[in-house]
Formats: sequence, C-alpha cells, structure tokens
Amino acid sequence: MKKFDVVIIGGGPAGMAAALGAREQGASVALLERDDRLGGILNQCIHNGFGLHYFGEELTGPEYAKRFRDKVLADKGITVFLEAMVLSLTEDRVVRAISPTAGLMELHAGAIVLAMGCRERSAGAIALAGTRPAGIYTAGMAQRLSNVEGYLVGKEVVILGSGDIGLIMARRMTSEGAKVKLVAEIMPFSSGLKRNIVQCLNDYDIPLRYSTTVTRVTGKNRLTGVYVAPVDEKMNPILEKEEYIPCDTLLLSVGLIPENDLLTGTSVEMSRVTSGAVVDEFRQTSVPGIFSAGNVLHVHDLVDNVSEEAFVAGASAAKFAKGELALSETVSVLPSNGVRYALPQKVHQGEGKVKIYFRVDKVYRGRTVVVESGGEVVKRKKTLVMAPGEMQNVEVDKALIKGDLSIYTEE
Amino acid sequence: MNTTCIMCPMGCSLTVEEKDGAVIVTGNGCPRGEKYGKAEFTHPERVVTTLLKGTYGGVVSVKTDRPIPKDKIGDLLSWAASFRLDHAVKTGDVIAESPVACGANVVATSDFKGR
Amino acid sequence: MEKFDVIVIGGGVVGTAVLRSLAAYKAKTLLLEKASDVATGASRANSGIVHAGYDAETGTKKAFFNVKGAAMFPSLTAELHVPYQKTGSLVAAREGGLPALQALYERGVANGVKVEVIDRKRILELEPNISPEIAYALYAPEAGVVSPYKLTIAQADHAVINGAEIRLEEKVVSLEKTADGFAVRTEKGEYLASYVINAAGAGASEVNALIGEDAPTETHAVGDYYILDSKEAGVVNTVVFPLPDEKGKGILVAPTADGNVILGPTSRKVPHEVAEENEVTREGLALVREGVGRLIPCVNLRSVIRVYAGTRTAVGSDFIIEESKKVKNYFMLLGICSPGLTSAPAIGEYVAGVAAEALGLKKKEKMRPLPARFHLTKATEEEIEDKIASDSAYGRIVCRCEKVTEGEILEAIRSPLPAHTVDAVKRRVRAGMGRCQGGFCRPRVMEILSRELNIPLSKIRLGDKGSEIAPYEVKDGYEKV
Repeated sequence: MKKFDVVIIGGGPAGMAAALGAREQGASVALLERDDRLGGILNQCIHNGFGLHYFGEELTGPEYAKRFRDKVLADKGITVFLEAMVLSLTEDRVVRAISPTAGLMELHAGAIVLAMGCRERSAGAIALAGTRPAGIYTAGMAQRLSNVEGYLVGKEVVILGSGDIGLIMARRMTSEGAKVKLVAEIMPFSSGLKRNIVQCLNDYDIPLRYSTTVTRVTGKNRLTGVYVAPVDEKMNPILEKEEYIPCDTLLLSVGLIPENDLLTGTSVEMSRVTSGAVVDEFRQTSVPGIFSAGNVLHVHDLVDNVSEEAFVAGASAAKFAKGELALSETVSVLPSNGVRYALPQKVHQGEGKVKIYFRVDKVYRGRTVVVESGGEVVKRKKTLVMAPGEMQNVEVDKALIKGDLSIYTEE
Repeated sequence: MNTTCIMCPMGCSLTVEEKDGAVIVTGNGCPRGEKYGKAEFTHPERVVTTLLKGTYGGVVSVKTDRPIPKDKIGDLLSWAASFRLDHAVKTGDVIAESPVACGANVVATSDFKGR
Repeated sequence: MEKFDVIVIGGGVVGTAVLRSLAAYKAKTLLLEKASDVATGASRANSGIVHAGYDAETGTKKAFFNVKGAAMFPSLTAELHVPYQKTGSLVAAREGGLPALQALYERGVANGVKVEVIDRKRILELEPNISPEIAYALYAPEAGVVSPYKLTIAQADHAVINGAEIRLEEKVVSLEKTADGFAVRTEKGEYLASYVINAAGAGASEVNALIGEDAPTETHAVGDYYILDSKEAGVVNTVVFPLPDEKGKGILVAPTADGNVILGPTSRKVPHEVAEENEVTREGLALVREGVGRLIPCVNLRSVIRVYAGTRTAVGSDFIIEESKKVKNYFMLLGICSPGLTSAPAIGEYVAGVAAEALGLKKKEKMRPLPARFHLTKATEEEIEDKIASDSAYGRIVCRCEKVTEGEILEAIRSPLPAHTVDAVKRRVRAGMGRCQGGFCRPRVMEILSRELNIPLSKIRLGDKGSEIAPYEVKDGYEKV
C-alpha cells in the first residue's frame, strides 16, 4: 500500500502537466501511465501545430511531450509507474492498479486527478452496415501503426470524418505512399481546424465532400470498397444517391469519447454534453478530492489548453490534499442560445478571474458572447467567427459574480 | 489562385492574382490575410513532418527545421522514402543537411534507438 | 499419405463437438477446417442461446437433439470452463397472443420441456422493463445463454489435448471412396480415412456433392445483430423472444454469457454464393430496432458497440443427421440451424457413437481434462500476484476495456489449437471485444503475435488469408506526389 498526496491517472499531456502543477505546491505525486513511456497520444502525433500558445513555438507532438516528460522524469517528487493500468478507484480515493513490475498496487491518495484522455468512436458505435473485412480502422489506430510501428494500413483510402485526426491522417497516408480518394464529412462543415483543411487536403488535392456519409462497406477478407451517399437535414443518407468508391482502406474519424469508465459506480456527476465530469474552476468534480483535466474532462482541440487546465487541476489537487483548498459557495454556469456547453460548469464566488471555455453548436460569424450574472452583464466579447471545432474562451471577473452565470451568443 | 487564409478562424476565401507586375489579394478580412495571401502566391512554403525508416527496422519522426518551398515537398518525401537511418539519434539531432537543397535541415523530433 | 480412422470436415460447434466426443475413443482423428480458425461460420455469429426445446416440432430431430443437448450444457460448460448462464427464457405475447402461447406450451410439454404460461404480474418480476403491451409469456426456466465460439474453441482444445488433430486453412477439394478408404484431398495435403463426417455447415451440401451423395437444396438466411456495451447489462435478465413466425424465432433481447446485451436476429434469404459474406444491412438493423422496441422499449441503442451478421443454413424443416445410404462410413450433417448450438453436444455424442460402432473403436478409460485459462477479471488478488510473479506478462494489461493481460494473450496463442490471427486471439480472450473495439489493443495484439509467431507485423492477419491488417511498410512503393 502506497500513499501519495496526489495520484494522477494518465501520463499524457494532461497527466504530466497536472504532475508539475501538483509539484509546484510541494505535493508528493504518483503518475500512473499504461504505456511503456510518458507522452500519451502525443507520441504518435508527429505533425506540428503544438505549443504555439504554451511555448510560443510550433512543435510536433513528440517534441511537446518531451518538454513535459523531461521535467517530470527529472523531478524526484514524482513517482512514475509505467505499464500501470488502473483497475478501480473509490470515492475515498483508493486507487487499485496493476503493472508487470509492481504487480497489484493499492495507492491511497490525498487527491486524485483523472487524466485518462479519450477513445475513438468505432465502426460498431456508428452501426456501420456491410461486411466485416480487414481494412476498416479508426484514424488513431492507423496513425499509431504508421507513426510508431512504421506500417501502412492500406493504399487506396476513403476517410469518414473531417475532424483534425481525419485531416491529419489524409496527409500522412498520402506522404507514405497511399492515395486518399475522398474525405466524407456528415455535417455541412468541418469540425477540424481551417489550417488542416488547407495543409492536409488542399495541398494534396484531396477532395472533401460535406453532408456525405459512408452507408456500407464491401469485401470479404479485405475491404474492396465503400458506398457513400449525401445526407438530408436530419443526417439520414439519401440512399437513392449512393455511390460506390473502390478502396482498400476506410479510416474513421467520427468522434472522441472521454474515457470515464473508472467513474462507473461512483457518484461523480457527469455531463451528458461533454461525457466528462461536472467540475468547478479548480477542475474538482462533485466528489471532493477527485479532479479531472484534459480530454477525459472535455475533448480539446489544442494541447496547449490541456496543459493549462491540467496544471490548475494538479495544483488544486495538491492544495486539497494539504487541506488548503478553501471553497466558498458555487454558482452554476448555464449555456444557451448557440453555446453548446461551457466549462467549468460551476464557479466559486470570490476574487480573481475565471476562464470559461465553451463550444458553439454551429458556425457563427460576427456574434457577441455575453456572460450575465444576477441579471447584469459581466462580460461582452465580440467575435469575428466561432466554429464548433474551435474551443472558445472568455474571462470573467469573479468579483462580479452575483448569481448563476448565463453564457450565450447574440447577433 | 484561390485559397483559404489560415491566419485566424475566420478562414476568409482569398483570391490572389498578378496584375501589371503587382500581386493583388482580394477577399481578406484584415492585413494579416493580405500578407498571407501574397506569401502563398509568391513563395508558398511548409514545414514538412514525416518519418524516416531505420536501416535495421523501426521509424523515427522528423521535421524540416524551417519551412521549405511547397513545390519541393514531393522531392523531400521522395528523399525520405529512400533514406535509411543507420544510427541512433536524439530529439533535435540533425539527420541530414538540406537534403533537397533549400537550406532546411531534417531533424529528429523523437529519440531513435537504431533498432 | 497420412491415415486416420475418422476425418471430420468443418470446425464449427458441431464438428468440434463430434471431434471431442470421438476423442473419448482410442482412434486417430483429424478435423479439417477451411478457415483460419474454428468457429468462423455460423458458430461465430449467432444468438448464443441454449433453447429449452418447446419451439421444435415434436418428433423431429430438432426436438430430440435440442432437449438432449440443453440438459448437457450445465456440466459441459463447467467442464470446459465456457461462460454459460441458465437465464430462463420468455416468449412474450400481447393480448390475443394467448392461443399461440398455449400451442407452444403444449408442444413444450410434448417435447419433455419444463414450461409454464405466465401473466404480466409474473413477467414483471422477471423482466421489469418489459413493454407495457406484453400481457402473457411462455416461461422456460431451463433456457440459457452461452458463448458459442468459446464453446467451439474449448471443444477443439479439449479434443486436441486428447490426441485429436486439427488442421486449419485446409478446404476439402476432393473426396473419393477408394479400396483403402476415403481419399480426402485439401488445398494443402492428402489423407486417407476409414470414416468421414461432413459437418461443413454452409458448405455441407457441396461436400456431399464431392462424394456423389445427394446435395439437398440449402437455404441461407442472414441475421443482423447489435451488441450493446456491458454497462447495459441488467436491462434484461432472461432471453426475451416475441411469438415465433414462419421465418423463425424472431428478434430477441438477451444478455450474453460474457456480460453484454445482444439484439437480433433478422432473417434475410441470400443466395449460396454470398452465404458466408455475413453482410449487415441498414434495413436489417432498422428491423432489429423495431422488434426490440416491441419487447423492451427502454433498451439504449446508443450504447451499441458492434453490429454484425451471421448466416444460418437450413435444409427443409428439420436437421439431416444420418449415415449415408449411398456411401458406407460417410456421415452427413446438414441444415444444422437453430437449435443447432443447443443440440451440438448431443449431436457430437451421437455421431461419435455411430462412427465408433462402425469402426469398432474402443473407449478410453478417461479423458485428460481441459485446463482453465487464467482470467484476470475472475481471479483472486492472491492468484493474480502469483501469476505475475511467475510471468510478469500477466501484469501487463493489453485490452483495457476487457482487462485482458499479455499473459492471457500468450496463453491464447499457445493454446492446444493455437491462435494465429487477431480475431482468433479475440475469440479466446475477448481482447478487442470491449467498448473501444480494439482501438487501444489491436496494434499491441499485433505486436505480440508478430513476436510470438516470428513474422513481420505486416503479415499479421485479422482472420483468413488476405486480411492482413497493416500489409505495407510506410513509404513502400512511394511515388512522388
């Protein structure tokens, strides 16, 4: 049985930043990572675009991870457990894990930070019709096989989903010798960054079709092709317009799901919109001492925001473990009118500023984001454009909070 | 040339043309877009990130240490396809100096043990 | 040429049941399977139900083998360490369905099955989530659920450790009766056998044709299924059927023996050429949703983790289970559709007995037992610690969702009938069957297979030949973009 002030589950960008945040408060930290090295998903994201905000430099995923990994490994106050899988956790903060070197482990935590990241939605989760040949992968699986193992999953590719992973893999597959025939996106807009549309699709003349989906797949042992069809306003495929595209590979980039399985059986309040926990500005969940940050809390677009958020979560967890997290009354943050969700969902009254992250439900141009509290406007932010695929934020002065915060857009 | 500006989430659709020796950008919503459009027209360039294969197996992630002209990307990827790395490298090591003669070196972005 | 006493053609739940029953006799036996693993045909993709036996017409082989087989499941699955639960089953009917239920009840009694007709009050005790429209049900407490592919694999492993041989990827291409017995030729080899048993499933008629026996017309019907996330377990406790119709037992809602929820199947006839394609259709999935909505409306379809299809092969209305009258020492099994899984153990015993008598085989004194696989999720803390101490691979979880360790995966690869594909590993230890469907573990399972089989990652297959998962190296044949 081991005791730590802060136990962090997950050694990716969120976990590593949380560890450093906790250490800054002088806490003893255990960092549990299931892979054989720290870095998480960044280890397979060899493209750049990371760190523009956090470091003021443009880094690749592995380089960004290294910045944190080096600091974590150099800090003797952080005990890193690699190849360690957490099996369960309890509300009184007992974490059970297993690893080949340590066997079964029981860790007692002053506070826990959840940093498990997310998983990809599979072909089964979208009930994809057709046969079950080899040749169908999530974009992340294809990414790992190529960027970590050095193997290409196929040569003639169709990609379903124009989120960033799908766009990045369109370029990766092309660079490694495959032909990407089409990226199909079920929405009328892409959830990925504009920069990726230009530098991953346009640069390589890869066609992108909006309001289009894959209806079924063919092939016995290996994929031989897919049927694509346009969709109507309800996202239902217009089957009369099905078109067959021969290919040997289908990559799915159809959604990321926060990996909160460990919370099953606990009373941690979850948000149905984010699929992550409901948290306050310290990233503490409804169960005292359990904190959450990064993709397991809500799916991010920029790792820079993950690091910032996780640092706060780690520091707050450390404070909690030392009994120093004094908390006042909270108010709720209530999104409406174009704002699909806002996080944190709860804010404590007091001093300083709080950064509210949010996503809109569709593309809005020229709208103003308004935050109201107790019937008064406490913040107005004019925007040029807001897209669902780009997480927004607005800062509010906590001293102005007089009641629940309402966040919405207006024209 | 038609392109999308990537300077901010607006993603303005730009049209860039050459008229009487000058490069004219239309469709931009701000001066950054004009600058971007001109650069994309006269000397489009990209940082290239890719993999190199090890002589004895395995792959290492690499990048060009500065942007290279867009029309050299194909050459770079061709070079990367046939190059084999026969020794261990650490993140940041220069693996090849200006392999496609644009002054951009290819550097390792992760450690490679030289399996 | 290698000589065998008995050759079994087809490695489904029936073929492996026969092989295993034969392994109780002193005999040299061989099973030939055309695919890369056993349990890749109908035995892989069915509802996994152990039917009580009221559905089959009295006096048929279906009724006989169903009832006999069902009684064997509790001890068989315990002996072979196969997941099985006696959940009981309900045929749920609306107002006006009572006469139909009554008819099923009477048939059940005639078949020797424990059945009763119950009212809504009793139904709600068993199934609190039953549709408000359901008024009556036929309750059969002896029905259950089993993992059909784990049963097939366990039967195969048990047969192998008792001296049987299984050769995979050997499709029988010619079958001739000669003076020395049967000359059986596959794509890879030639064998002689004194007795041949055709358990080739969807290909059984074709095999009959090879030997000049009648090849009855087979009908193949594809059925679509949903598998729901294990967190939905508890929405249903028994196997809930609608009233059967001419197509079959209908779309059911049931727990699976491994802790998921299964919905389906539909029934769509397909021609012989595509009988093994197992294509899921959107229309089929819609029918499943509709059918489920009439039984347990609160089922949460959004927690689907996989959809797939299976194909059942029928010849007329009953099983054909008989020795050939044209060819001596040739036994044929055709049209083993529902209740084929339930009947399999009884069929195996029966057919082995017939073959043993024909050849004058002597019974062994006893069979070597099948050792249980280690399961992290079912072991005590002490057992886990011991296992890790003996091999640290048992401390490395590879399949996060189902908590499967590397040690278990190695066991699967090193089974008596070795697993050499990703799907073969999956069927044995569930790596890749959880909610992420292999998103995390598949590359790792591939790495382990590559290492164990000593072949490059690019040769690792999902299943049969041509299903290599990552067949190329990066930059292979790169042409300038």
